[in-house]
Amino acid sequence: MKETTAVTASVPKKRSKFRRFLPVYIMALPGLIYLFINNYMPLPGLVLAFKNYNARKGIYGSDWAGFSNFKYLFQTQDAFVITRNTLCYNIVFIVVNMVCAIAVAIILSEITSKAKKFYQSAILLPYLISAVIVSYLVFAFLSTENGFVNNSILSLFGKEPISWYTEKKYWPFILVFVNTWKGIGYNCIIYLSTILGFDRAYYEAAAIDGASKWQQITKITLPMLKPTIIMLVLMAVGRIFYSDFGLFYQVPQNSGSLYSVTNTIDTYVYRGLLELGDITMSAAAGLYQSIVGFVLVLGANLLVRKLDKDSALF
Amino acid sequence: MRTREERRFQVIGNIVMIILTACALLPMILLVLSSLTDNDTLIRNGYSFLPEKFSLQAYTYIFSTGNSVIHAYGISILLTVVGTTCSLVITTLLAYALSKKALPGKGVLTFIVFFTMLFNGGLVPTYMNYTNVFGLKNTFWGLLIPSLLTNGFNILLMKSYFVTGVPDEVLEAAYIDGASEFKTFYSIALPLAKPIVATIGLFAGIAYWNDWMNGYIYLTKRTDLYSIQNLLNRMIQNIQFLTQSSANISNANVGLSSIPAVSVRMAMAVVGVLPIVIVYPFVQNNFVKGITLGGVKG
Repeated sequence: MKETTAVTASVPKKRSKFRRFLPVYIMALPGLIYLFINNYMPLPGLVLAFKNYNARKGIYGSDWAGFSNFKYLFQTQDAFVITRNTLCYNIVFIVVNMVCAIAVAIILSEITSKAKKFYQSAILLPYLISAVIVSYLVFAFLSTENGFVNNSILSLFGKEPISWYTEKKYWPFILVFVNTWKGIGYNCIIYLSTILGFDRAYYEAAAIDGASKWQQITKITLPMLKPTIIMLVLMAVGRIFYSDFGLFYQVPQNSGSLYSVTNTIDTYVYRGLLELGDITMSAAAGLYQSIVGFVLVLGANLLVRKLDKDSALF
Repeated sequence: MRTREERRFQVIGNIVMIILTACALLPMILLVLSSLTDNDTLIRNGYSFLPEKFSLQAYTYIFSTGNSVIHAYGISILLTVVGTTCSLVITTLLAYALSKKALPGKGVLTFIVFFTMLFNGGLVPTYMNYTNVFGLKNTFWGLLIPSLLTNGFNILLMKSYFVTGVPDEVLEAAYIDGASEFKTFYSIALPLAKPIVATIGLFAGIAYWNDWMNGYIYLTKRTDLYSIQNLLNRMIQNIQFLTQSSANISNANVGLSSIPAVSVRMAMAVVGVLPIVIVYPFVQNNFVKGITLGGVKG
C-alpha cells in the first residue's frame, strides 16, 4: 500500500529508490531462490495425496482419486498407531524434558563447585552427536549377542539375555531415555540463562528472612520461571505433530517387530515413500501432518501472543 | 543452620550432576573402550568397560583395507566445508537485505521467509521435486542441497541481530560517503555481526557433518558418494558392506572372514564422532550463546 502512494506521489523518486536498493535485492536473491526451490516448489506436489500416482504419468498427469487415499489411510490401523505414537511420545518428551531441564538448570545455577562448567559441557555433548552414532551407542548396550546389558548386567544377576531389538515392551522407555539423554543439556540452557538473569537481591532478602534453599527454589525461582516454562512448552506443543526421525528410525534400527511402538508419522511417510513404494499413502499421511502441524503452530503461537507478545513468533 | 542446609544442597547437587555427567559420557567411553578391545574378547564378553585384552586391530583394519572409510571421510569433510560456506553466504546476504528498514517490499520478503517456518510440504513432495525436476538423485548435490543450505529460522535469527547489533546510522553514513551497498555490507555490517555469523556457521557445520538423511534418501546407487554417516548407517546392519564397497571385489570373500566385525563397528563410530568431540571444547561457548539467542525467539 505504501508503494502505491509512492507511485502516485512521484514516479522518478520511486525509480531511484529501486535503483538504490537494487544491490540489496541482488543480495537477497540467492536465499530467496533457495527457499523457493526447497520450500515453495514442492507445495503443488501436495496434490499427490488426492491422486492415484502413476510414475509414467507423473504427479500432475495421474488420475484424481478424491479423498479415497485419506479414507483408506484412516481405515487402516496405521493412521491410529502413528498418530498415537507421535502424540504420546511428544507429550511424554515435553513433560520429562521440562522437569529434567528445570531441575538441572536450578542445580547448575546454585552449585558453587568449580566443576560446574564441566558438568554443563558434558551433558550438552550428546546433543551434538548424529542419530547414526547414537544408534551405535545404544547398540553397544543393547546388542543381543555382544551388548553390555546382556553380557555384563543381566548375566551378573543370572538373568537370561533379552533380545532387545525384537521386544517392543521396552522401547517406550528406551526412546524416552535416549531422547532425554540427548536433549537435557540443550533444554536446560534456556532455563539456566533465564535463572542467571534473575535479581539476586530476592534470594538475599529471602535468606535473611530465614527461607530455606528449598523455599527459595519453590517460592522464588519457579514462580519467576513460569513465563519461560509456559512459552517453551507451548512452542513444543506447536511441534507436537512432528517427530525426530533419527530417534524413531535409527535408534530402533528400523526393526520391523518394533513398528507398533516406534512408528511415527515421519517414519511412516518415509517407509511408504522409499521402502514400500506406497507413495499415495505416504503423501496422504504427509499432508495430514502438514495441515495439522500448521494449525497447531498457529494455535500455539496465538496462545503465546496472548501471554507475552515479545515471545511470539509473529 | 543455614550454612548446613546450604552445604547439604551443594553435596546433593554435585552428586546429581556427577551422575548425569557419567550418563552423558559413559556410552562414549564404552564405545572407545570397545573399539580398542580384542575382537575375540568382545565375542566372548560383549562390549565392556573392563576389556580383558586391548587391541588396535579394528583401527589397523579400517585404515589398511577400508579405503572406503577414508573416502567417506573425505566426502564428509568436503560436504561440511562447502555446505557451511554456501549456507553462510546465502543466509547472511538475505538476512542483511531483510534488515534494511527502508527496503521496499521488505514485509513481503520477510513473510516469504517466515512462512517456510509455519508450513512444510513434507518429505514426499520435496523428494519428488528434487528427483523429478532437479535430478539430484545419486549426485553430490543430493547431499548438499536438500533442506540443509539455509532455513527461515537461521535467516530471521541473523536478521534480528543485524537490526539490533548493526546501527542503521553507521550504514547510512557509509552509504552517503559513497561506499557501495556491497562494500558497506562487507566492511561494516559483516565485521559487526561476527558473533552471529560464527554461531550460525557452527550450527550449519554440525548439521552437515551429522546429516545422514540426505544420503540415505538421495544416494541409492552411488555408494561412492557416501558420507561417513551414511557408511556407518549402512554398516550397522551389514558389516560386509565395508568389503563390498572397497574397490577390490575379488578380495571380498577373503576380507570378510578376517574382519574383526564386532570391534570394527565401534571403531568406525569413534572415527565418525571424533571431529565433533575434538572441536566441541573450542566452540562450546559460541554454541551455548546461539541456543540462548534462538530460545528467546522460539
